[in-house]
Amino acid sequence: MYKVLLSWRYLKSRYIALASIVSVTLGVATLIVVNSVMAGFTVEMHDRLHGILSDIVVRSHNLTGLPDSEWHMEEIRKIAGDDIEAMTATVSVPAMINFRDNIRGQWITQPINLIGIDETTYSDVSEFKQHLLHPLNRDQMEFLLRENDYGRGRKDKFPVAGWDRRRVTAQWEQRQIADQVENGNIDSPDVALTISPPLELVDEAQFPAGLPVLPDSIEELPELQGLLDNDPSGVGHQGNLPAVPFQTDDTPQLMFDAAREQHTGIVLGISICSLRGRDVNGDLMDYYFALPGDDVKITFPNTGQPPKAVSDSFTIVDFYESEMSEYDSSFAFVPLSKLQNLRGMFTAETGVASVSAIQIKLRAGADLDLVRNRLQTRFPLQQFGYQIQTWRDMQGPLLSAVQLETTILNILLFLIIAVAGFGILATFFMIVVEKTRDVGILKSLGAPSRGVMSIFLGYGLSLGIAGSLAGLALGLLFVDQINVVAGWIEKVTGQEVFDPTVYYFSEIPVVVNPLTCLWVVLGAVGIAVIASVLPARKAAKLHPVEALRYE
Amino acid sequence: MSSAYKLPKAKIAVGVEQSPQLHRAATSVVMRATGLVKSYRKSKVEIPVLNGVDFEVREGEFQAIIGTSGSGKSTLLHLLATLDQPDDGKIFFEGNRIDNLPAKSRDILRNRYLGIVFQFYHLLPELSALENVLMPLMIRYGFTKYMLGRRKHRRRAKALLDTVGLSHRLKHRPRELSGGEMQRVAIARALIADPQLLLADEPTGNLDRQAGDEIMEILRKLNREQGLTVVMVTHDDAIAEQADRTIHLVEGRVQSM
Repeated sequence: MYKVLLSWRYLKSRYIALASIVSVTLGVATLIVVNSVMAGFTVEMHDRLHGILSDIVVRSHNLTGLPDSEWHMEEIRKIAGDDIEAMTATVSVPAMINFRDNIRGQWITQPINLIGIDETTYSDVSEFKQHLLHPLNRDQMEFLLRENDYGRGRKDKFPVAGWDRRRVTAQWEQRQIADQVENGNIDSPDVALTISPPLELVDEAQFPAGLPVLPDSIEELPELQGLLDNDPSGVGHQGNLPAVPFQTDDTPQLMFDAAREQHTGIVLGISICSLRGRDVNGDLMDYYFALPGDDVKITFPNTGQPPKAVSDSFTIVDFYESEMSEYDSSFAFVPLSKLQNLRGMFTAETGVASVSAIQIKLRAGADLDLVRNRLQTRFPLQQFGYQIQTWRDMQGPLLSAVQLETTILNILLFLIIAVAGFGILATFFMIVVEKTRDVGILKSLGAPSRGVMSIFLGYGLSLGIAGSLAGLALGLLFVDQINVVAGWIEKVTGQEVFDPTVYYFSEIPVVVNPLTCLWVVLGAVGIAVIASVLPARKAAKLHPVEALRYE
Repeated sequence: MSSAYKLPKAKIAVGVEQSPQLHRAATSVVMRATGLVKSYRKSKVEIPVLNGVDFEVREGEFQAIIGTSGSGKSTLLHLLATLDQPDDGKIFFEGNRIDNLPAKSRDILRNRYLGIVFQFYHLLPELSALENVLMPLMIRYGFTKYMLGRRKHRRRAKALLDTVGLSHRLKHRPRELSGGEMQRVAIARALIADPQLLLADEPTGNLDRQAGDEIMEILRKLNREQGLTVVMVTHDDAIAEQADRTIHLVEGRVQSM
């Protein structure tokens, strides 16, 4: 009883001791904030990675691919049929993209990762549709260009795209060609059309501003209204177009009409043809070099020995925005069959198309590693040369790097609390010295040494608990308000804490793990108690007579 | 009460002042010490304090130990209170040897059978008068047991504070009390366990005449009315005169008067 009473009274009367645990409080708060933010990042990243990657991928090491996807899928079903929710075949191949920058009019070439997908099943194995910009595509993905409704529901405004853009661009190009014909640069309009878009470098003096920059909404462009209103059906390539100057009625419709037709659709990672930066006012801004509706040329290797470059024109039908820069800046999706055709991915004898990977989604709760191991047993590496990986395996280095970072941060921060422990040690020694006479009194009244010791241990315990709980509250409050706090810091320092050009998150993601909080609090309390052991032992060892004499 | 010790008559005669009340000594011996030797070490020099002290106090007695500063009277009291252990000699409490008991047993002895009052009151500054008085009971009982008997204990503590005339100061902290009041709290605390023996180390040494007289009045009253055995150390002859019996300590020895 006296232990509790005295611990409590000492706590109430010694505010200096409370000061000594402020460090514990701060340490605990920091640990909780750091852990929550790191966990937030990790969870967010896991979600995104997992969303983009399917659960398990069976990938051929060979660009030529694994033959007969149907047979493989059946085999996989035999092995893990119960766990499989969906499966799809893909072809992925490194490629070059070539398109005209509509801001400066220059041609841009970039390496990309071209992926042939089956648009109906690909979305079943991973979050693909969700990352597209057009609402109809998010609902049902198709490799067809759509009317201008791209980026609906997006936080920042998306420029005019789709058929609207395609028609305006076609109109503009025709005018350019007509001008050139008038100037005698080009002999015949037919020639001009076949080379659309012009492949030679555009003279900057001639095209000082590149393509006409479309306003954010089509309504702001009255002179184009008439042009666009001529498309009553809402589906571009069926509508009648206004005067096309070089087309006479008796000309057969063999030539590609850019205003009404599209090439094979391609979904581009948004960062392939856009840059995120700041305008003169420092506001965040996206620059698009190409938009849905524009044509691009893709060059990729075929399956010949040695491979030859194949190239074809595609029309951007949508953007893919997963907010993982690694993917957004390299992925380009085209229809699987088209890519197989262009690359010649067929087994010569049977004519069955081959694919480069089979992506599998397992039902929720299935053991990924177990299924992977079974598949690895079925398709031995030395025999098939397939790489069978779970999404975690694929992102292993990244995930383990983040894990390592979290661990090291935790160790460092725990050292801070340990330093706080030394502060408590020193303070407690002083308090024991100050309380020497009290110890003598208690002993003279028959308090055993252990009892005296437990007073000071209890004191340390209650200080530790008070400090940790305060830290817990502070940390949780901070985590709860972290974006507000970040806003304040931005205001005070004028520096952006969380630069959205660097991170794809507009807000700092946080996940509070109750178990982590519990461990942090327990650890801090433990340190406070350990730090009070030495002073408590010193108090317990005091000789009663000496202690009573102490002035 | 355990059996009294049969003491050789000669030994009693030595060092014990023959007082008129000696006939009362027919009652049992509460505490007895023989041949107590104690010395302190101060920077490698041994300073002898007690050189073979014999001592005895009987039930119901009010005994004073008087001596000048440095005569070893406080040391003797600490030994009797088992706060310290003698280098040589034996101490018996109700017939049982107590100087060589293990620490735990001595703690229990101090807590339940001995009441101790100090010159400097030695109250716990963070606790109220009432809590200070209750402290021995808090030490004695565990948390639950104490809380179960809490009302009874508090009643008894209040009654004791009433006995020493402090019923109006229950909630006051020691620093809010005068010296005399603090010493009265200390006496109440010493009595809470209903001890067999009250050991007082210069209880008036730090008080003015009037407060000292009040304290002495309380002690004598307790001795007279409740038959409390009191051993009091003092340097003041006037105070010592109020005791039934006085022994003189001179340079660590009991001096016959």
